[in-house]
Amino acid sequence: MLDYLIRRVLLLLPVFLAVSAIIFLILHLIPGDPVDNLLKVGSGPDARAKIEAKYGLDQPLIVQYGMWLGNVLQGDLGTSIITRRPVSSMIAQVLPNSLMLGGFALLFSSIMGIILGIVAAAYRDRWPDQIIMGGVLLGSTLPSFWLGLLLILAFSVQLSWFPVSGARGWESLVLPVLTIGLGGMALVARVTRVSMIDAASRDFVLLLHAKGLSPARIRLRHVLRHALIPVVTILALRIGWILGGAVTVEYVFARPGLGLTLIKALAQHDYPVVQACLLMLAIAVMLGTLLGDILQALMDPRVRSAMT
Amino acid sequence: MLLSVENLGVRIGKVEPLSSLSFTLDRGEILGLVGESGSGKSLTAMAVTGLLPLIGGRIAEGAVMFDGTDLSKLPEDRLRPYRGKRIALVTQNPMTALDPVQRIGDQVDIMARLHLGLDAKAARARTVELLTRLRIPEAVTVCDAYPHQLSGGMKQRIVIAMALAAEPDLIVADEPTTALDVTVQAQIIHILGELVRERGLALMLITHDMGVVAQVCDKVAVLYAGRLAETRAVGPLFASPHHPYTTALIDCIPREGMARGSLTGIPGLVPSVMSYPSGCRFHPRCPRADATCERTIPETRTLPDGGIVSCHHPLGGDHG
Repeated sequence: MLDYLIRRVLLLLPVFLAVSAIIFLILHLIPGDPVDNLLKVGSGPDARAKIEAKYGLDQPLIVQYGMWLGNVLQGDLGTSIITRRPVSSMIAQVLPNSLMLGGFALLFSSIMGIILGIVAAAYRDRWPDQIIMGGVLLGSTLPSFWLGLLLILAFSVQLSWFPVSGARGWESLVLPVLTIGLGGMALVARVTRVSMIDAASRDFVLLLHAKGLSPARIRLRHVLRHALIPVVTILALRIGWILGGAVTVEYVFARPGLGLTLIKALAQHDYPVVQACLLMLAIAVMLGTLLGDILQALMDPRVRSAMT
Repeated sequence: MLLSVENLGVRIGKVEPLSSLSFTLDRGEILGLVGESGSGKSLTAMAVTGLLPLIGGRIAEGAVMFDGTDLSKLPEDRLRPYRGKRIALVTQNPMTALDPVQRIGDQVDIMARLHLGLDAKAARARTVELLTRLRIPEAVTVCDAYPHQLSGGMKQRIVIAMALAAEPDLIVADEPTTALDVTVQAQIIHILGELVRERGLALMLITHDMGVVAQVCDKVAVLYAGRLAETRAVGPLFASPHHPYTTALIDCIPREGMARGSLTGIPGLVPSVMSYPSGCRFHPRCPRADATCERTIPETRTLPDGGIVSCHHPLGGDHG
C-alpha cells in the first residue's frame, strides 16, 4: 500500500509539470495585452518597454516559464498586475472561503445523496423511489444561480434566517452550500441508486441471503460497500469541479472565492492571478483524483492486488 | 422424513416454470436432482431455501415440508432462521459466490456468530478447524486472504465450509462443481459425500452430470422442462430406467470401450418456459411418443420399488 502511495504521488509530478506548462502557455496565446491596462493614456514605447521589463515580459517564453515555475515552487506566485499585491496573499485570502464552501457542499451532497440513493434503491420503482428520483431530476436540472436566487428570496428576504450575501460567519455559508450541494446530491443519489441496484443483483448477494443474514445487514454492510466504490470515484472527481465551478454561486452570494477571483482576473488580463487560480484548481483536481484512487484501493482489495 | 416436497409449483410473473414436483429426502441421504439446463433444477433449490422472492418468483402451489413445517407458508421473517442455520446453500459458481471485498475468515465466521452465538474468537477457531477438516492447507493464512487470491476449487471449499459452519440439517448444492476443473470436481464431490456420511446431513445435489449421480447419490429425481420425469433409488434407475428421458440422459454418459464418435446427445433442445409443448413436455424429442403424448399430460405412477415415473409409455414393460 505504501509502495503504491509513493508511486502514485511520483506519477503526479510529470502531470503537474505538463499542466503548469499548459496553464502558462494558454495565457500567452489568448489575445489581449495586460500592459495596455497599465499604461497611462498617451505614454510612449519607452514606458511600455519599462513595464515589460519589470514583469519579465520581454524574455523568451521558455525563460518566462522557467522563472515562473521556479518562483511558484518557492511559494511565490508573482505580483498582481492590477492590484500590485502578491498573488500568494490574494489566494491565501480567498482559498479558505472556497475550501470551506466546497468542502461542506461535498460533504452535504455525499451524505444526503448516499442516503437518498440507498432509500431509492431499497424502494425501487415504488413511490419513495419515484419521489426521490423526481426530486433528483429537478435538482440536477435547476441552474445553480437561479436556485441560489430562489433560496435567497425564501430564506433571506422572506424568512430572514440567513444573510443575503458575504462570507462572514457560519450563517453565510448555509445557502451557498445548499445551492451547490443540492446539484451534487442529485448526482450522488442517482449513481448510488443505480450501483446499489447493480450490486444487489450480484451472485454473492444471493448467497448472503442464503446464509441467513438480515436484509438490512446485507444492504448496508455488503451491497452498500460495493455500491460506494463508483460513488467515491465520482465524488473525488468533483473536488476540483466544486472549487472552481462555484463561481456562479460565489457571484450570486457575493462571496469572495477562487472562482470569482479567477473570473475577475481573466476580465482584467491579470496573468499572474489567472495562472495562480488555474494552478490551484489543477492541483485540486490532481489531489482529488489521487484521493479517489487511494480510497478505491482502501475499499477494494482487488485494486490493491492489481497494483503490486 | 426431513424434507418432503409435495406437488410443488413455482411461478415467476405469469409463467409457471416448475409444476407438480414431488420428492423426499431424509438425513444421511443424497438426492440427485438432474436435468438439462432450464429444467427447473435451480428453481427447486431456490424454493427449498426460500429465496424465490429474490428473483421475483413465488411458490404457487404445493408444500415444502421441512422437519414438519411447511416452509412455503412461512413469511420471510419466520423463514430466515431456517436459512443458513438449518438449510444451507452451496451455489454454482464459486468465483462469484463470495463477497470480493471481505476477508475469507470473516465470511465464514459470521455463520457461527449469527447462528450459534459464538464470539469472534471462538467463531474464528471454529472456522480454522472447519477449513482444516476440508483439507484447506494453511487455514489460518487463508482466513486473512481475499477471495480473488484463492483458486476456484479452494473457493468452493470455502463456500462449503460456510454452508457447514452452522451445522445445518440439509445442504442444497446447486451444481457445486460445474465451474471447476475436472480433477477438482471429483475432490469436491468426494468431500460432500463424506460429510453426509459422517454428520448425517441430507444433501440435495443438483447436477446435470449423470456420472456424478451414479457415483454418490442414493436417489435421483429427473426433471424435464419443469416437471418430474422419474424419481427412483439410484441402483434401479441406472439398471432399468423407466422414462425415455432418463434413458437418454444415461446414454449421454461416456463409457469405457465405447467406439469413437458413438457418444450420443439428445436431439433437440429443452423447450423454453414460454413455449412448453402440450401433453407430455418431452414428446417432441421422445422416440416413443405417439398421439396420446401430444394431447394428455401423463399421470404419475408409483412403481413397485417405490419410485415414481410420469410417462404414457414407460420402458421396462411390466406395467405398460
